[in-house]
Amino acid sequence: MNDFPFLSILTLLPLVGAVVVACIPRRKAELAKRVTLAWSLVVLALSIFMWVAFKAGGDRFQFHESYQWIPSWDARFTFAADGIALVMLMLIAVLMPVVILASWHDVDDGQRSAPTYFALLLAFEFTMIGVFAAADVFLFYVFFEVMLIPMYFIIGSFGGARRQYAAVKFFLYSLVGGLFMLASVIGLWVLGGHTFDFTRLLQSVGEIDQNTARWLFLGFFIAFAIKAPFFPFHTWLPDAGGAAPAGAAALLVGVMDKVGTFGILRYCLPLFPEASRWFAPAALVLAVIGILYAALLAIGQNDLKRLVSYTSIAHFGFIGVGIFAFTTQAGTGSVLYMVNHGLATGLLFIVVGMYVARRGSSLVSDFGGAGKLTPLLAGVLFFAGLASLALPGTAPFVSEFLVLIGTFTVHKAYAVIATVGIILAAAYVLWMVQRTTQGTLNPALEEVPAMRKDMTLREKVVVAPLVLLLLLLGFYPKPVTDVINPAVQATMQDVGKTDPGPTAVTANGGVAR
Amino acid sequence: MGDLKLPDIDYGALMPMLILFGAACVGILVEALVPRRSRHGVQLGLSFLAVVASFVAVIVAHGTRKITIGGAVAVDGPTLFLQGSILALGAVSLMLIGERSLERGGPFVSQAAVTVGSQKDVRQAGDQPGATEVYPLTLFALGGMLLFVSANDLLTMFVALEVFSLPLYLLCALARRRRLLSQEAALKYFLLGSYASAFFLFGVALIYGYAGGISLGAVHDAVANPQRSEILLYGGLALVAIGLLFKAALAPFHVWTPDVYQGAPTPITALMAACTKVAAFGALLRVLYVSFEGVRWDFQPVLGTVAVLTMLVGAVLAVTQTDMKRLLAYSSVANAGYLLVGALALNKEGLSSTMFYLVAYGFSVLAAFGIITLVRDADGEATHLSRWAGLGRKSPLFAMAFSFILLAFAGIPLTSGFTSKFAVFGAAVEGGQTWLVIFGVISSMLIAFPYLRVVVLLWLNEPGETTPTVSIPGFMTAAALTIGVLATFLLGVVPAPLIDLSQDAAQFIR
Repeated sequence: MNDFPFLSILTLLPLVGAVVVACIPRRKAELAKRVTLAWSLVVLALSIFMWVAFKAGGDRFQFHESYQWIPSWDARFTFAADGIALVMLMLIAVLMPVVILASWHDVDDGQRSAPTYFALLLAFEFTMIGVFAAADVFLFYVFFEVMLIPMYFIIGSFGGARRQYAAVKFFLYSLVGGLFMLASVIGLWVLGGHTFDFTRLLQSVGEIDQNTARWLFLGFFIAFAIKAPFFPFHTWLPDAGGAAPAGAAALLVGVMDKVGTFGILRYCLPLFPEASRWFAPAALVLAVIGILYAALLAIGQNDLKRLVSYTSIAHFGFIGVGIFAFTTQAGTGSVLYMVNHGLATGLLFIVVGMYVARRGSSLVSDFGGAGKLTPLLAGVLFFAGLASLALPGTAPFVSEFLVLIGTFTVHKAYAVIATVGIILAAAYVLWMVQRTTQGTLNPALEEVPAMRKDMTLREKVVVAPLVLLLLLLGFYPKPVTDVINPAVQATMQDVGKTDPGPTAVTANGGVAR
Repeated sequence: MGDLKLPDIDYGALMPMLILFGAACVGILVEALVPRRSRHGVQLGLSFLAVVASFVAVIVAHGTRKITIGGAVAVDGPTLFLQGSILALGAVSLMLIGERSLERGGPFVSQAAVTVGSQKDVRQAGDQPGATEVYPLTLFALGGMLLFVSANDLLTMFVALEVFSLPLYLLCALARRRRLLSQEAALKYFLLGSYASAFFLFGVALIYGYAGGISLGAVHDAVANPQRSEILLYGGLALVAIGLLFKAALAPFHVWTPDVYQGAPTPITALMAACTKVAAFGALLRVLYVSFEGVRWDFQPVLGTVAVLTMLVGAVLAVTQTDMKRLLAYSSVANAGYLLVGALALNKEGLSSTMFYLVAYGFSVLAAFGIITLVRDADGEATHLSRWAGLGRKSPLFAMAFSFILLAFAGIPLTSGFTSKFAVFGAAVEGGQTWLVIFGVISSMLIAFPYLRVVVLLWLNEPGETTPTVSIPGFMTAAALTIGVLATFLLGVVPAPLIDLSQDAAQFIR
C-alpha cells in the first residue's frame, strides 16, 4: 500500500480541481460550489486512506516519492510525510469541505465571481498540502512562497472593509520573512553539499560551523516566526484575520499559520540543533510574552474576528513554548495543539462568521443577547469558546496540559507564567460570549430579519464534524498522539535533547517503540 | 615592407553577424527602391528573415570555440549563448516594433525632424504611416550587440559599442506621441552615451599603455605579469568599467534610464531593456572574466559596492514612481544590480547564472512593455499608475498576465524571476560574496512593494471613469506577449534545460 504515490496525487488533485472550477462560467455559481465541495471530499477520502496506510510505529518518513526537477541544483520533487506532516495534512483535508460548505453564500451578491472564489480556495489547498508534503527544501520554499498568492487574492478581492490594506500587509510580511529564508536556503544549499534533499541535508549540516549555522537558523526562524506568528511579528494577523471572509480566515489561522510552527519543528530544529538550543531561551521568552500580550489584547477587542485572531496568537505562544522546551511531552503537546487549535479556532471563526453574516457587522457592541434569538448558534459559539479556552473534555485541553507539564519538567518559570494565559483565555472567551449572546437583548438585533433565523441545516452540517472531533479528541486523543509521538521523538533526538529523568511519563503511557 | 597578410577568417563563426549586417544594408536599399506602400511589409519580412537566419547560424555554429579574424572576435560558449539570447529577444522585440494595428501607422513617427507642435507634426501624428527606417536601424543595433558580446579586443568592443548605440539613439527619438519627451530622451541618451563612450575609449588607451596590447588575452597576460605602473591598469579598468556600467544601467551611471525608458517608443524601450542589457552584461562578463580575473580582489569590492548601490537605488526609487514605464525602468536598474551580483561571483556558476538571468529577465520585461503598449486612451499609451486602477475588472486576461509578470519580477516561485534570482544568489554565495546576497535580499523586499502596489491597483481598486481600455492586440503583439509570459512561466517551472545549456556554455576562451 505504501508504494501508491499518495502524496503527489494528494498535492496535485486540488490544483486540477482549481483549474476545473476556474473554467466554470460565472453564472453557473451553484455548479462551481458543488464541484468544489465534491472535489474537497475526494481529497478528504484520499487522505483518510493515507491515514490508514500510515504505520504509526514504522519509518519516520513514509510515502516517500522523488522525481527529478532541476538536476544541476539537485532540486527534486520529493514528497514524504512524518507523523507531524500527516496530522497537518489530515487537518487541512478535514477543514476544507467544512469551510467550503460554510462559505456557500459568501459570494452570492453577484458582484464577485463565485467560481473564482472557490477555485482560489482549492488552489490554497494545493499549496497547503504541498508545503506539508514536501521533503525537499527547495520544493518546500516554493510552496511556502506560492501559498501567499491565493490567500492574497481571497483577502484582497473577497474580504471586508479594510481588505486592501490587510492583503498587502499580509503579503509583504510573509514575503519579507520568505526572503530571509531564501538567503538561508541558499546558504544551506552551498554549505550543505549542494543538495536540497532533507534526509541528505540532515547528515551534511553537521559540517557547517557553529556561527554560520546560527545565522542560517535565524533566517529560517524569522520566516516561520512571522508566519506563525510569534510576538513581535504578529501585527499582520489581526488585520488579515479581521478582513478575510470568515471561512478563509478559518483556513488562514487554522492551517496556514501552522506552517510556521511546522517549519520550526521540521527544518529549524533538526537542521540546526546547536543553534536551536542556543536560541531557545529567546524563543521561549518571545512565546511567553506572546501568550500574555495577545491575551490582553484579545480582551480589549471589540471586533469578533480580530478577537479570535488575537486568541490565536496567544495559542501560538503555547505551541512555541512546547516546541522550544525540547521534551517529547511538550513537543507532542505542541503538535497536538496545532491540530486542536485548527479545529477549535476554525470552528470559532466559522460560527463568528455565521453571526457576522446575519448581523452584517462583526463588532461585539452590535450584538448583545443574541442567544435569545438564535439559541442553537449561541450554544455552538459557547462550545467553540470553551474548546478554545481548553476546557477539560475538549481536545485543546489535552494538548495545553501536555505542553504545560512537558515544559514544567525543564523550565518551571516559563510553565508557571504560561499558566496565567489560561486564566486570561477564560476571561476573553467568556466575556466575549457574555457580551454577544447573553444578557438583555439588544433591540437593534430584532430589527435585522436574518438574526431571527437560527441555524439552517447547512450550518448544522458545517459545525457537526468539528464539534464531534473536538469532543472525540478530548476524550480519546490516542490515535493522533500515536502518530505524532515517534516523529516528535525523532525530532528531539535530532536536537540532541533527551527527556529529563523518570519524572516525565509519555502521554500514552509507554510509547510504541 | 613585409607582405600584408589577410588574417584567417572563419566565415561560419561570423555568419550570425554577417547576416544581420548584410540584411541591414539590404534594408537601406529597400528604403531607396521599394515604393512606400509596400515598404513596411518588405522590411518587416526581411528583418524577421535575417534574425531567424542569424539564429539558425548560431545554432549551426554551436560547437565552435575559436578566435578568428585576426584575434578581433572570439566565438566561444558565452558568445554563442548570448548571441542566441539577443537574437531570440530581438525577434520578440521586432514583433512589438512591427505592430501597426494598435495605432494608425504604428508606434513610430514618419519624420522625426518636424517641429513639435506644428501643423505638420499634428498631421503626421494623426495618420501618416511611420518610418520604415526603424527596421534596418534595429538590425544594425542587433548586429552591433552580437559583435559586442564576441569582441576579443577592446577596440573591436568600442566599435561594436558605437554600432549598436547610434541606431538606438535614433530609435529613441521616433515616438509618435509625446514628441518632446521622445526627443529629450534621445538627446539625453546620446549625450550621456557619448560621454560613456569617451570614458571607455580613454580607458582603452590607458590599458594599452599598461599592457602594450588591446586584445583581452594580452591584457590578461600583462595583469598576470605586471611590467608597468598599476595606476595605468586601475585607471584604465575604472574608465572601461564606467563605459560598460553606463550601458548596463548600474548606479551611479543609471540616471539616464528612467528618462530614456519613458520617452522612447515603448517597443524600443522593450528592445533596450531586454537586448541592450544582454549585450552590456555580456561584454562586462567577458572583460572581467577574461582580462582582469587576476586583479579580482581589487575590483570585487568596488563593483560590489556598485551592485549594492544599484539594487538599493533601483528598489527605493521604484517605490516612489507614479509612471508605469519609469517604474519598470527603476525595476530594470535593480535587476541590473542582481545581475552584477551574479557576475561578481567570478566562477563558472556566476557566468552561467548571469547568462540565465539575462534570458529570463529579457522575456519577462518584453512581456511587461508589450502590455504597456496595449493600455491606451485617445492620447496614446496611458502610463500613469492611477490610470491602471481597476483594469483587472475590465480586462482580466491582461491584468492576469501583467500581475504574473510583476510577481515574476518580485521573485515569487514558479516564475523565472525566482529561479534566476536563486541562480545568481547561489552563485554569489558560492563565490564568497555573501554580503552582496544579503543586500540583494533586502532590495528584493523593498522592491516587492511597488510591484504589489500595481497588483492591488489592477485588481482591488474599482475602475474609474478614466480607466483606459486595453486594446485588442494585433497578431504580433499577441504573439510577443504569449512568448514572454510562457517563457516566464516555463523558465520558472522547468528551468533545467536552459540552466544546463548555460552551464555547458560557460567557458570563455582567451
